[in-house]
Amino acid sequence: MKVWKFGDDIDTDAIIPGRYLTLYDPKVLASHAFEGIRDDFSNECKEGDMIVANRNFGCGSSREHAPIALKGAGISAVIAKSFARIFYRNCVNTGLLPVVCPEADRISEEDEIVLHIDEGYLEAGGARYGIEPVPEFLQKIIDCGGLVEYANTIEEVKTCTE
Amino acid sequence: MAATIVEKVFSAKCGREISAGDVIMAPLDAAMIHDITGPLAVMKFREMGGERVFDPEKVIMLFDHQTPADSIAAAENHKMMREFAREQDIYNYDIQEGVCHQVALESGRVLPGDIVVGSDSHTCMYGAIGAFSTGIGSTDMGFSLRFGALYFRVPESIRANITGRFMPRTGPKDLILRIIGDIGADGATYMATEFTGETISSMHMAGRMTCCNMAIEMGGKAGIVPPDRTTWKWLEGKTDIKPFELKSDEEARYTAWKDYNVDDLVPQVAVPHNVDNVVDVDRVEGTHIDQVFIGSCTNGRFEDFAEAAEVLGERKFSPDVRVLVIPASRTEYLKILRAGLIERFVEAGALVEAPCCGPCMGGSFGLIASGETSLSTSNRNFRGRQGSAEGKVYLCSPATAAASAIAGEITDPREVRR
Repeated sequence: MKVWKFGDDIDTDAIIPGRYLTLYDPKVLASHAFEGIRDDFSNECKEGDMIVANRNFGCGSSREHAPIALKGAGISAVIAKSFARIFYRNCVNTGLLPVVCPEADRISEEDEIVLHIDEGYLEAGGARYGIEPVPEFLQKIIDCGGLVEYANTIEEVKTCTE
Repeated sequence: MAATIVEKVFSAKCGREISAGDVIMAPLDAAMIHDITGPLAVMKFREMGGERVFDPEKVIMLFDHQTPADSIAAAENHKMMREFAREQDIYNYDIQEGVCHQVALESGRVLPGDIVVGSDSHTCMYGAIGAFSTGIGSTDMGFSLRFGALYFRVPESIRANITGRFMPRTGPKDLILRIIGDIGADGATYMATEFTGETISSMHMAGRMTCCNMAIEMGGKAGIVPPDRTTWKWLEGKTDIKPFELKSDEEARYTAWKDYNVDDLVPQVAVPHNVDNVVDVDRVEGTHIDQVFIGSCTNGRFEDFAEAAEVLGERKFSPDVRVLVIPASRTEYLKILRAGLIERFVEAGALVEAPCCGPCMGGSFGLIASGETSLSTSNRNFRGRQGSAEGKVYLCSPATAAASAIAGEITDPREVRR
């Protein structure tokens, strides 16, 4: 696996530009991921690679094409110091694993990363870094593999009014 | 317990006390879908076994990002959505009404105290009338359409208390840019920003919409203004519901309380490539521009065009600048048309387009080339947002946009003679 390092405030326009939002095929979207921003990504990203970023990854637009493009490119997890709210939830919903690691900036592109999600840490370049737990209500969705899969396990929802 | 306006919205809906941090499955009063995130939401709805949407009356559908269809792919998306609307008995506003958020508010189907979602990040704009509204992705929207409810973590709030009077040719856009520059691109992540104070009380609805629209640019989940006389007046003719009080308790708890005074606020500009990269206009005065866009859900209302027209006067725009004027909705278009502003903009050299998102998202027309600079009244200046990743986007108010379009470079609108 390879680590793709990014900085702060990587927005969803950078991940997938607006002109490609008529597309839905994950592989096709992946071929335009980070276009004009980091052109080697779509050519070289392989199955199982990971993204490591700093603060506020996925800020901006609600376009779900962003996590779909990354997943289509083969990205198995996005590790960041923090995530933008909508992107984080879109990742969970589409089955792309978002990992909050407050020390993500200490991971380098040369590191091999092993995730120990249940144990609450990851290993990278011989060091251990803590990762934050996923909110409980989202864990159910992750366990199912995404929101569609979760929705297919229920007939109806019980709202807070009941 | 003392509660914020957001906590009160959720409490009223759930019939029990709800506090920030609570995770609840809340019923939805409206769900907005448009042409670029809608098709994916419909696919997800079907994948979830959806046959009938939870309530067709509560689904707001329209097309605005790629209208009129600018490619066969866009036309196919529109066709698919039209068929879905027919099948589900959803009223479809289609391509002619304008930008989703403006149309949603004008429709009267979003009201104070409502909980609303939209598959567009700027859905937070509906807080301008005291609704709790937030942007979601397409799969969450598929779920919303199927079940009429969605998981929410009830957000904490930041209070932005605004006092003072704007100087001439400064206004709500300068204020919200100033606040974003202060709080930062992720300073309000997961939170609601509540705008209050004498400046907000005396602000027109258009300005409140500008402020709430950009709450997402601080990472926020929602922006909200407590409904007041101005709100209820604006809602007249759009709804039959009677005005009611909805505001935070005096002792409500906030994550942060921010005071801003606008007496000395000068025109603000967000410089490439982050919305929180905000400076006073004098820092970028003289920057060459190739295109000016006045419009969008952020600044595409009558008040915005009136502000631009006041600066423009009888002048002409620089022949070296392409000026795009795009009203946010058909209703706003008619207002500026009837006030003679369209004629004035066209005489001055602007290109007036029908209501839509225009170049804001860089997915349709009006794109910029490499090395070009756009000055825009919209909400995002990310790299590549309006076309080439080698281009630049600056954000400003309609007054600054007009002054700059006249001069061909970024200009302080206060320096343009009346």
